[in-house]
Amino acid sequence: MYFLYLLLFIAMLVSFITDRNKTYKAIKIAFKKFMKILPAFASMLVLVSIILGLVPDTLILHYLGKSNMSQGVLMASFFGSITLMPGFIAYPLCGILLKKGVTYTVISAFTTTLMMVGFVTFPIEKRYFGIRVAIIRNVLSLLIAIIVAILTGIFFGEIF
Amino acid sequence: MKSKKLIGYIKIIGFVAYALFLGFSFWKGFEPGKKMAFNLRYFSLEMAKILPPAFLLIGLFEVWVKKETIEKHFGSKSGLRGHIGGILLAGTTVGGLYVAFPVAYSLYRKGADLGVIFTYIAASAICRVPMTIFEASFLGIKFSIIRLSVSIPLVIVSSILLGRYLTRRKYTIRAGE
Repeated sequence: MYFLYLLLFIAMLVSFITDRNKTYKAIKIAFKKFMKILPAFASMLVLVSIILGLVPDTLILHYLGKSNMSQGVLMASFFGSITLMPGFIAYPLCGILLKKGVTYTVISAFTTTLMMVGFVTFPIEKRYFGIRVAIIRNVLSLLIAIIVAILTGIFFGEIF
Repeated sequence: MKSKKLIGYIKIIGFVAYALFLGFSFWKGFEPGKKMAFNLRYFSLEMAKILPPAFLLIGLFEVWVKKETIEKHFGSKSGLRGHIGGILLAGTTVGGLYVAFPVAYSLYRKGADLGVIFTYIAASAICRVPMTIFEASFLGIKFSIIRLSVSIPLVIVSSILLGRYLTRRKYTIRAGE
């Protein structure tokens, strides 16, 4: 986060010194683009809050901690796809799962879908790419996540 | 166009119902509703921190970076180099998918190849450097290395295929229409 602000500060400074008008134009473009996509972000925020309200960490812990491997991968992919979590919540949660004896295979399915498949970011994705492509990309990502989970399992000696 | 207007109304009603529900939850002390409000506040603050600088950088990118530069490094003739460049760029992306989409759109407008765009988006989900370090510290470096080395090739191959398929169908990205 600090990196982002530092980068912005340096970029702005250099830009402003080099060409003042271009910098103003950049700010204008930024504002316009931001305003245009803001409704989609609002939809995302509402979706995130509802889903995290309905699917608390304890529920995920409960379901992933108790199921067998193939069930676990499916469950993990499901939870990972519908939720959005910042890393500092998701990884400690995964750490707990690991200690509870949940396999790396299941955890891999959970983290990969969490990051790549975005049910809650769908309103934003749809605005940029259209519904069809957004669906294709998410389905592809889900398939990739499952393949990654299986291969993680093989490398950790959990499958075969 | 009528259906669009209808969807707009439904959305507004949805938002109002949601706000009323949150208010009601606080009034009656309904826990799940209160939790939703806290989540909303948390994620809104997070967005408020990340989005303004991200969009300002996108603005600077739009005025300063030449189309030819992007075409050369990320265009249809850039080949595998373009995809690797996309992954490196993704490594520095903050936030996640929701920041990657607007960045991807700007890259596309400047002439980046569709396949490279999809690689960039997927990589910004799974290859962000700070996140990966965090992951490794909780799940072990072996886990992170396996996850990355398995997913990156899959991402590149699927992005190339998806890009080709969409280019053949004359697909274009059109934001906010």
